[in-house]
Amino acid sequence: MHIRTKESLFRGTVAVVAGSSLLALAGIVLFLFMEGLPLFAHYPLTDFLFGSLWYPTEDPGLFGILPLIAASLAVTALSSLLAVPLGVLTAVYLNEVAPAAVRRLIKPFVELLAALPSVVLGFLGMVVLAPFLQDVLGAATGLNLLNAALVLAIMSVPTICSVSEDALHAVPRTLREASLALGATRWQTICRVTVPAALSGIGTAVMLGMSRAIGETMVVLMAAGGAGIIPTSLLDPVRPMPASIAAEMAEAPFRSDHYHALFAIGIVLFFLTLAFNLIASRIAEKHRQAGSSSL
Amino acid sequence: MSFGKILAAVAAVCCLAAPAKAQDITINGSTTVLPVMQKAGESFMAAHPDMHLTISGGGSGNGIKALLEKQCDVAMSSRHVKDKEMAAARKNGVDPVTTAIAVDAIVPVVHPDNPVNDLSTAQLADIYAGKITNWKELGGKDGKIVVISRDTSSGTFECWQELVMGKTRVFPAALMQASNGAVVQAVSKNPQAIGYIGLGYLDKSVKDLMVNDVKATPETALSKQWPIARELYIVTNGAPAGGVKQLVDHLLAPDKGQKDVLAVGYVPLKQ
Repeated sequence: MHIRTKESLFRGTVAVVAGSSLLALAGIVLFLFMEGLPLFAHYPLTDFLFGSLWYPTEDPGLFGILPLIAASLAVTALSSLLAVPLGVLTAVYLNEVAPAAVRRLIKPFVELLAALPSVVLGFLGMVVLAPFLQDVLGAATGLNLLNAALVLAIMSVPTICSVSEDALHAVPRTLREASLALGATRWQTICRVTVPAALSGIGTAVMLGMSRAIGETMVVLMAAGGAGIIPTSLLDPVRPMPASIAAEMAEAPFRSDHYHALFAIGIVLFFLTLAFNLIASRIAEKHRQAGSSSL
Repeated sequence: MSFGKILAAVAAVCCLAAPAKAQDITINGSTTVLPVMQKAGESFMAAHPDMHLTISGGGSGNGIKALLEKQCDVAMSSRHVKDKEMAAARKNGVDPVTTAIAVDAIVPVVHPDNPVNDLSTAQLADIYAGKITNWKELGGKDGKIVVISRDTSSGTFECWQELVMGKTRVFPAALMQASNGAVVQAVSKNPQAIGYIGLGYLDKSVKDLMVNDVKATPETALSKQWPIARELYIVTNGAPAGGVKQLVDHLLAPDKGQKDVLAVGYVPLKQ
């Protein structure tokens, strides 16, 4: 009897704790929509999503966020282009190729990269990388799309690497041994057996890395330049959505159109990261590796 | 046991404090004036424990509107009260009295290696509107002008828009930085950049430009020779009295509020 009450007490506590984080999420989403949607009472949704001018403090204000969306997508795509090969190949090296001693040495460093505060990376992008890009590439300004994408790539490599590594690690040893026993080389084993078997996990890793990049604020605020234009070259300054929210929210008059518009940008951002996470879980679901039988 | 004692002590202090008349002063308005008020407000409340300030920013217009509707005691404003607002005030039986507390002076800055020294306000407006795009057109070296502006909600941007741009817009390709410090940082790292900052943020890493042959100094800002300067005000209902008067005196005192004015990057009225 005593044990049973203890058991049910424990069960209840855990349920409440788990529920509270869900409740917090629901509260945040509700608040986001309550503060963002009033803009559309008198500002058309199409003008908001497809307008190319962002002049929120004029009277009447202009709230076109197309350049902001374009900037977010461009920065995310470019940083993934750089970070995915780097992250996945590092994971392959660590898990498949590197001797145990080297692995023990490198892995903590990759994880340390994940622990770097984004403001530190943003600052490096601003004072080190930006002048470098100006000198080497002759860019008019080093605070641009490429700079932000490089810094974001450095940020998302650890995420992509460690999640991919877990996926590779979970591939049954018997698969590798069977492949090698059949006379396949190590290279053939990695690219025809191990990596395909871990593909769902690697896909999830890529998506998580991308959603980290699209939501990152401090780096794009400091290193992307902040021009509200649709980028036409890698060296154009851009202003991704989180940068606009961070720069303007503190001064936007409470419950003004500007304030609501910034929350509406938050809604767009929410849907984008939600999409990335849904795709990630879809990939994980679809290519789920059931033992070694499905290869 | 000791926790109970602390509770009792706290309760006792509360009982003692309650009868002492605490005065609430509500302050609303310009986000340009806000940093001064926040900094001076802290030292004011420290010096006068019986006063409590509630400070919020929502723009000059909102602040004055709140004052007219008697929803705040002090409005912060970066402009004078308009005739229309005066009329509305009379209707509500409010008598707005304006007191200047500081001068906001904005300086255009370039990289120290840039040979350009002097620009006119018209040239500055053309640069920020995207009409002049090469330093060659201004007597400098051949090279694209990298235009650095501030986020549109900042008071610095508002001042620049009002006194330099007038009705024209800052073009969308201008870079946006979120603080005076970030503008200094970006300009100091880029020989082709131009930016603008509050006079108080000027340091040796960037070069200030003369505008219409005038050099920006606290003196030229106060004498109104410097073209990109404006006074910052607080507006009260009638001449300041009681707690509000104490606050105004605190703001204008050279060793108190005016020090805070300097600390947040504006030009003090009295040194």
